[in-house]
Amino acid sequence: MILQVRDLRVSFPAGTAVDGISFGLERGRTLGVVGESGSGKSVSSLAIMGLHREAAVSGSIVFDGEELVGAPASRVRELRGRRMAMIFQDPLSSLHPFYTVGEQIAEAYRLHLRTSRRVARERAVEMLAEVGIPEPRRRADEYPHHFSGGMRQRVMIAMALSCEPDLLIADEPTTALDVTVQAQILELIRKIQEDRAVAVMMITHDLGVVARVADEVLVMYGGRTAEHAPAREIFRSPRHPYTRGLLASVLRLTAGEEEDGGRLPAIPGNPPSLLAPPSGCRFHPRCARYAAAPDDACVTEAPEPRPAGPGGATHRTACHLIDISGGRR
Amino acid sequence: MTLYALRRLAAVAGVLLVICAVTFAIFYLLPSDPAAHACGKTCTPEQVTLVREQMGLDRPVHEQFGGYVAGIFAGRTLGTGPAALECSVPCFGYSYQNALPVWDLLTDRLPVSVSLAVGSAVLWLAGGLAVGLVAALRRGTVLDRSLMAATLASASVPVYFTAMMLLLVLVQQLEWLPYPDYRPITEDPAAWAGNLLLPWMTLASLYAAMYARLTRASMIETMAEPYIRTARAKGLHERTVVTKHGLRSALTPIVTIFGMDLGGLLAGAVITEHVFGLPGVGQLTYDAIFKADQPVVLGVTLLAAFFITLANLGVDLVYALIDPRVRYA
Ligand SMILES: Nc1ncnc2c1ncn2[C@@H]1O[C@H](COP(=O)(O)OP(=O)(O)OP(=O)(O)O)[C@@H](O)[C@H]1O
Ligand code: SF4
Ligand SMILES: [Mg+2]
Repeated sequence: MILQVRDLRVSFPAGTAVDGISFGLERGRTLGVVGESGSGKSVSSLAIMGLHREAAVSGSIVFDGEELVGAPASRVRELRGRRMAMIFQDPLSSLHPFYTVGEQIAEAYRLHLRTSRRVARERAVEMLAEVGIPEPRRRADEYPHHFSGGMRQRVMIAMALSCEPDLLIADEPTTALDVTVQAQILELIRKIQEDRAVAVMMITHDLGVVARVADEVLVMYGGRTAEHAPAREIFRSPRHPYTRGLLASVLRLTAGEEEDGGRLPAIPGNPPSLLAPPSGCRFHPRCARYAAAPDDACVTEAPEPRPAGPGGATHRTACHLIDISGGRR
Repeated sequence: MTLYALRRLAAVAGVLLVICAVTFAIFYLLPSDPAAHACGKTCTPEQVTLVREQMGLDRPVHEQFGGYVAGIFAGRTLGTGPAALECSVPCFGYSYQNALPVWDLLTDRLPVSVSLAVGSAVLWLAGGLAVGLVAALRRGTVLDRSLMAATLASASVPVYFTAMMLLLVLVQQLEWLPYPDYRPITEDPAAWAGNLLLPWMTLASLYAAMYARLTRASMIETMAEPYIRTARAKGLHERTVVTKHGLRSALTPIVTIFGMDLGGLLAGAVITEHVFGLPGVGQLTYDAIFKADQPVVLGVTLLAAFFITLANLGVDLVYALIDPRVRYA
């Protein structure tokens, strides 16, 4: 396990955004993290990177055997960019407008590997070539605004991978891109992951992305785990009513009923509020199962993720009404 | 870049010509009769007519304007016969008050205003940027709030009041500083600085307060940019994140305002010069306006326009240096 997260909690003064999630990630594997807007995907990933400045982070984040929660900020900073790297949704605003892409890629390499400016620049050119940017030597001297959206995301990937990290967190890396470019970027991430055996945490709204790249899937709802299982099982035998809702709406989408750019669509109702989350199971106000057969436990007690379904211990679901044996109660 | 600079320089010349024409037109339309002023109170109407002819004021306005502009570049002879005055390049005419060439008046006064403007600019930039930066980085703390309260107070006090208070305390009570008396830097740099310190502080306290608030706002905005998060995700030291990635962007709006402020001040800080009795362009302007001394007013107006357009040009060039997106636009 390169990364082991246990009972991660992240609280802001306004409320708790992530309320106890756990997962592990092996080298060379991809974890897809899905959930609606506000479900705590980005907050979780920033906590792993140690990038929260005004939030209280508790629980445990063990990276390659080393506990990061409560570790000195300087230690986490040493790992950042060197052994764990991150790419973001909007590559244009995530790149500095005033520095050439070559400089921006070389910066982290120089810092972490203590190389000369010239060596770092060569590394930047090499990385640009690796992520498929033509004429990398010339383009290294250009600024981000000279690149197209897809090329910028390639630059971000080159930057993230320059120090050969063990973990890559990609926070909606394709959401801002055209569909064809999305596919190319996903293919690039998949290829690099194979070549380098890097662990990838792929955060997305888009179940299509998850289907393409993920080995395992973590479905988040309201800062908690709804379901956590191998990707194949999530798609073949989803247990949690929320996961089922998501899949059903994607099927409707692909059947051509509506089109809204691949965002997680219509499950009736709104995501829960951070300030006043629903009691018991946070999903109960929108849960079809609960609506059909109300159960007291759903409103009084928060369901813990527990083994469910044919995957045994690897398939966990947080729902009171799912039978451990896999059948319905 | 060179071509860009040349193009901009040509535009500056055009702007100056337009300003010259407008100022000329305003004076032409004014009811006051420069001939009567120049001649004096005891003149008979016949004498005034004679003077008017001497001064060329009887000729059509476009001829007068043409003569004025030609005089700037080629020099001219004012009047005819024995009373004719040779006015050498660059000719801006003669003061009605003391028959001295406007150009000489301006060049005599200019070092005072330039000393005042540049010295206070150094003070206010250093002070304003430092205070603004500290406040932004300590945002929301007691320190931030006290600094901002202080700048608000400092910015709302009129210049003449600051001047009086500083005079009272530093000159009269403590006798730390001499009463300002302009001494050229070429003669005695220490005396030059010592004498100007008080006016510098007066002007700087006003501007530094505005620059501190500006820097703080700009810095806070910049530090929330996604590319700052990227810089942190690379594992850069916070120091590098703040200076290399944050401050450089945060300074761009400040460059614009600094150019305008400096350009305006170079052509004379009327109130400050007046309060401290400094013989600068501001004083000259003040006197010329009260005495309806058209050639001098025209001269200082052109000077001010020259400095402001020049400052604008400087700002654009600095901008192009800072922000690569401007260079290629
Ligand atoms: N700095 C912060 N201060 C206070 N609340 C925050 C902060 N950052 C995030 N939140 C809150 O935490 C919750 C989870 O946010 P997060 O960004 O993790 O959602 P997400 O799952 O990434 O959503 P999206 O798909 O829109 O990116 C949201 O309700 C958000 O408002
Ligand atoms: S616990 Fe109850 S409300 Fe929550 S998902 Fe399961 S059935 Fe629905
Ligand atoms: Mg997010």
